[in-house]
Amino acid sequence: MEVWALQLFNGLSLSSILLLIALGLALSFGLMNVINLAHGEFIMIGAYTTYALQQAALNFTGDAQSGITFLIAIPVSFVVAGAAGYVVENALIRFLYRRPLDTLLATWGVGLFLQQLARTIFGAPNVQVVAPPWLGTALTVTADLVLPVKRVFILGLVTACIGGLYFYMYRSSEGRRMRGVMQNREMASSLGVSTRRVDSFTFALGSGLAGVAGCALTLIGPIGPSLGTFYVVDAFIVVILGGLGQVPGTILAALIIGMLNTMLEFGTTAVVGKVLVFAMVILFLQWRPAGLMRAKGR
Amino acid sequence: MSVTGLTKLPVLMRFALIGVAAVLMPLMLAACGSEPPPAPAATAAPAAASEPASAPAAPESDTIKVGILHSLSGTMSISETAVHDAELLAIEEINASGGVMGKQLEVVIEDGASDWPTFAEKARKLLQEDEVSVVFGGWTSASRKAMLPVFEANNGLLFYPVQYEGLETSPNIFYTGATTNQQIVPAIEYLLEEGKTKFYLLGSDYVFPRTSNLIINKQLTAAGLEAVGEEYTPLGHTEYSTVITKIKAADPDVVFNTLNGDSNVAFFKQLKDAGITAEDLPTISVSVAEEEITGIGAENIAGHLVAWNYFQTTDTPENVKFVSAFKSKYGEDRVTDDPIEAGYFGVYLWKAAVEKAGSTEVAAVKEAAKGIQFAAPGGMVTIHNENQHVSKTVRIGTVRDDGQIDEIWNSGSPVVPDPYLDSYEWAAGLRELAQ
Repeated sequence: MEVWALQLFNGLSLSSILLLIALGLALSFGLMNVINLAHGEFIMIGAYTTYALQQAALNFTGDAQSGITFLIAIPVSFVVAGAAGYVVENALIRFLYRRPLDTLLATWGVGLFLQQLARTIFGAPNVQVVAPPWLGTALTVTADLVLPVKRVFILGLVTACIGGLYFYMYRSSEGRRMRGVMQNREMASSLGVSTRRVDSFTFALGSGLAGVAGCALTLIGPIGPSLGTFYVVDAFIVVILGGLGQVPGTILAALIIGMLNTMLEFGTTAVVGKVLVFAMVILFLQWRPAGLMRAKGR
Repeated sequence: MSVTGLTKLPVLMRFALIGVAAVLMPLMLAACGSEPPPAPAATAAPAAASEPASAPAAPESDTIKVGILHSLSGTMSISETAVHDAELLAIEEINASGGVMGKQLEVVIEDGASDWPTFAEKARKLLQEDEVSVVFGGWTSASRKAMLPVFEANNGLLFYPVQYEGLETSPNIFYTGATTNQQIVPAIEYLLEEGKTKFYLLGSDYVFPRTSNLIINKQLTAAGLEAVGEEYTPLGHTEYSTVITKIKAADPDVVFNTLNGDSNVAFFKQLKDAGITAEDLPTISVSVAEEEITGIGAENIAGHLVAWNYFQTTDTPENVKFVSAFKSKYGEDRVTDDPIEAGYFGVYLWKAAVEKAGSTEVAAVKEAAKGIQFAAPGGMVTIHNENQHVSKTVRIGTVRDDGQIDEIWNSGSPVVPDPYLDSYEWAAGLRELAQ
């Protein structure tokens, strides 16, 4: 029984991680139709920002363990990755909005470039971020049901990100303009919305969310120049299953994939579990090509 | 009426799936890397043979060209860059002390880019265009298997520095890393002696872990035991919570870990987060060395076991010299480890063989290499007369809080390499299986 409770938690935790890495992509791919294969590298930027910040803190105060650094790293990663996204959008992607296949190739190139850049700056071997001690513990519910605090923290972080995103998209005038552009670009433009500005800002926001994901992933995963490649595929699957342009769809898709993957992996093996999930997603998309939730055009 | 995003959806998705497939490709190639690609050398070889005829006769040169071929980009650069550094260090040291047979070594560096066909292609380039006398390179078994036909067809020499799954001997490869009877088999023997009976086998899903676990299963059967679990995860897998639940349910005495690369970081971080310490459940790893520990974080893996032939802490005068030379060239924060050491002494073994042969000609070097010895940082190493592997001492250690490794057991004397495990009764049939 406790094993199942633990697996339920693991599924929820995997869902939260998937959602965290897919949320940024839901904006750039889902809302803007940019097939951003460099999304994983923005995650990497977030991770290395956290690392660099911790190294700086270590050099200045000799104390990297306090956990304050890690909390500061979350917004800083958001800003740094967002700024990088802003630059990439302005320098490259804005010329390719009418050619989605080219955004695929161009962003893949950007991804390779960023990977090599990280390798040059930080070196090829993995680096390490020391988790603050209060995150390194585990909540013992019963002897067999032990919940890592880090995973609970990531769950909370994702909830906060969704809350923030909801507030931005539905409660702020910037967000309203963004939704307007996504739903009907020409109409929004003719009503005086600067679509150019909205585009760069949306892309930067998506990249910034990837940065937050990178920061959180330093807690549980490897931190190296190619870390983005481990996550980008999952992020795409989640966004595609969720339905383009649908943040609620993305949330639902992350929940379904995370739960399915965990349960199937427990019953079979990691490889078979993943194959089954992919097969199910493909079958589902045959049946409903637009994903779980359809975008309504106006 | 304006075009809504809706009509474009399926096309976009198709593009995205193409992109996803492109990203997955290297992983898939890695996974099926055990199949050697069809030897393209068959067509390339005649071209090489005709080349010297048209090219002007090379004047007696005062340098000897040697090649280094590791992944300096891509996912494997994490591990291979440091081996490349160590080989360069050895070459510099040799040049500083007068070179080989009075000639300076000229290095040609190529990047295998973590891509196995690239390794084959660059190996061909080094042998045919640069006409190097020897190549030091490779890390994954897939890269070695891709290069093997190229070296055989062009009669080149490869020094391969990494521990591997055994069951291979090529007349054109010298294996300076451990084969199975110098790492995995003694590690299991050690654990059996320690009274462990419930083994859980965890590995990445490709040729090295699969072959290793095949051998381990035979060894356990011979001891009257059976593994309580065997699990493989894709290369680059980062989510281990379910695997950890399974391990807990199987309740083993020890986890035998053949995970490779970044997965180790995720596994050890998540194992610790789940509240499982090395005292509760020790693991023994064969692909985690000092370099990997830096990325995992010493506090996440402290207390766990590793099996190798060399540690940075290995107490020999040669090692003191090697570690300080490595650190002064590449930085105080750098560490040395087993494959780094094997890459380093491989260069010296080749030098000794060339000087004994009085020539860089492959057949002569191979003949001269038989029984050649070198006092490597990890102890005396000797090239085997037939299988071109080296005898080396087996060491098992525990990871300390500072990321260094304390040796807790060693084989006492160098272990003679036995890539097909012919000297073990329980391993009967492995040689046939490999062919």
